[in-house]
Amino acid sequence: MRGATITDASYLADAPKGRSLWSDARRRFFRNRAAVAGLIVLAAIALFALIGPLIAPWDYEEIDWAVLGNVEELGRPSLATGHWFGTDQLGRDLFARTAQGTQISLMVGLVGALIAVFFGTLYGAVAGYFGGRVDGIMMRTVDVLMSIPYMFVLILLLVVFGRSILMLFIGIGLISWLDMARIARGQTLALKSKEFVEAAVATGVHPFRIIVRHIVPNLLGVIIVYATLLVPSMIIYESFISFLGLGVQEPLTSWGALINDGASEMRNGTIWQLLFPLGFFVAGLFAFFFVGDGLRDALDPKDR
Amino acid sequence: MIAFVFRRLLVAIPVLLLLVVLTFVLMYAAPGSPFATERGVPPAVLQNLEREYGLDQPFIVQIWTYITNIVTDFNFGPSFVYRDQDVNDLIAQGFPVTLTYGTWAFVLATLVGGSLGIIAALRHNTWLDYLAVGVSVGAQVLPNFVLAPILVLIFTLWLGWLPGGGWQGGQWQFVILPVIALGTSFMASIARIARASMLEVLSSNFIRTARAKGLPQRTIILRHALKPALLPVISYLGPAFVGMITGSVVIDIYFSTGGIGQFFVASALARDYGVMMGITVLLGALTILFNLLVDVAYAWIDPKIRY
Repeated sequence: MRGATITDASYLADAPKGRSLWSDARRRFFRNRAAVAGLIVLAAIALFALIGPLIAPWDYEEIDWAVLGNVEELGRPSLATGHWFGTDQLGRDLFARTAQGTQISLMVGLVGALIAVFFGTLYGAVAGYFGGRVDGIMMRTVDVLMSIPYMFVLILLLVVFGRSILMLFIGIGLISWLDMARIARGQTLALKSKEFVEAAVATGVHPFRIIVRHIVPNLLGVIIVYATLLVPSMIIYESFISFLGLGVQEPLTSWGALINDGASEMRNGTIWQLLFPLGFFVAGLFAFFFVGDGLRDALDPKDR
Repeated sequence: MIAFVFRRLLVAIPVLLLLVVLTFVLMYAAPGSPFATERGVPPAVLQNLEREYGLDQPFIVQIWTYITNIVTDFNFGPSFVYRDQDVNDLIAQGFPVTLTYGTWAFVLATLVGGSLGIIAALRHNTWLDYLAVGVSVGAQVLPNFVLAPILVLIFTLWLGWLPGGGWQGGQWQFVILPVIALGTSFMASIARIARASMLEVLSSNFIRTARAKGLPQRTIILRHALKPALLPVISYLGPAFVGMITGSVVIDIYFSTGGIGQFFVASALARDYGVMMGITVLLGALTILFNLLVDVAYAWIDPKIRY
């Protein structure tokens, strides 16, 4: 009895440890310094967005009447006034506003990417799996939608139905899934001739069940990589619209809106109003791109 | 070839129609009359206004009139806000400006980006390669609306070399910053794509064969490697064009160049549906036309595509 356990244990210790795709990928990812640095920066930015509003001495819509009218002098970043990032032209605390804008930008990026992941993957997988005429029609539709200058339609949408965060999500969601659908379809085409799919078909599994249970999980690696790269482009979309003054509405703000505010005031010697949001924007996007690249190297080794 | 172009054209027309119908439905579905003001308009006046602009007609009649006016007279209809202007006036005023800096940005982005990428691939893992990769990674996080304020900050406020806005009939000082702001991120993307595809081509079998035959490096690159390496770049030109058209809105707003984007955003803020729709349809048509050109160019260069 005793001997048996010992041999069992030593057998377990000697056995080569199985390495799954995911643990392999994790190891490769954490060996990539740029990707890990990106991850740390992202975590810091997320932390800033979450607890920034709590520790800021000022609220993001509260006007500091003491600095109003002389923002160039009194609204500078300083520890004494509690305006760590200075104030904007209306005397509102820039630290609190940047934290709030970061929340919105991250949220838009993540939600846009999630819509793309969910809808695009399913669409692409269905098109790729069924193939033939269904595929032709579905992908032609994607081609058609892609050749429309979407930003204009999105702006039209925002103007016609009123500006709201919900509308922004719907509009951005409308664009974001197209690329994802193409990628998912391409991968599905390669997967559908694999033996495990054949086995599922042979045992009479319903096509939609095959897609959801067998195809989609195998697409995950590619999808995760692409979704990470999609988040920054969603943030850019949102910032673009907010830069034009058509995005989130005051007093809410976002990176794009803050950059716009700072850019329109920079001739008045209030350069910090541009530099802080710009710094967060650039750092955030860099981090997303590095993490995305790191994930691609980790999950898709054949691509290198 | 002609049959291929013709077929693509046949596909382009429904796409364009779809865009017109889509924008028209959006406008039609818009809550409230475009003439409603804060103070309110007497119903009789509103009725007269709607009759004058043909908005009392049934939907089908309206959209039919709109499309036929565009097709037969190139008339994009009136502005709903400015009584004395129609969309054609605004296009005539703004489009040449957009076209000028847009063309410069597009040509420069393609040429500079393409050559940068190819040189980087040929000098793989040298400082030139690292420089090109660094530039293209950096430019990724500097979209036009971020780059524009930075450029103005450096070249206008600190160095005082170039004006930070205005157009002045397109004098060169006024064109430089818009072109750089608009073109840089696309230049970087093109460089990245060109580098990647050139590297792939250089390691492919037919290049090895060419080397084995003892062809000089110049011939290998110019005769054999360049053409296939440029194919992905060409297919990227379509999305790049769309991106630049969109980016022109930012350029127009930020540099006050008076291009078509300025009218678009002004009309969006004033809820001037007539102008918004006209510009969307015009730019949509341009985009679709350009994508068609890209497709044709691609089919012409790529021997694998049979048409």
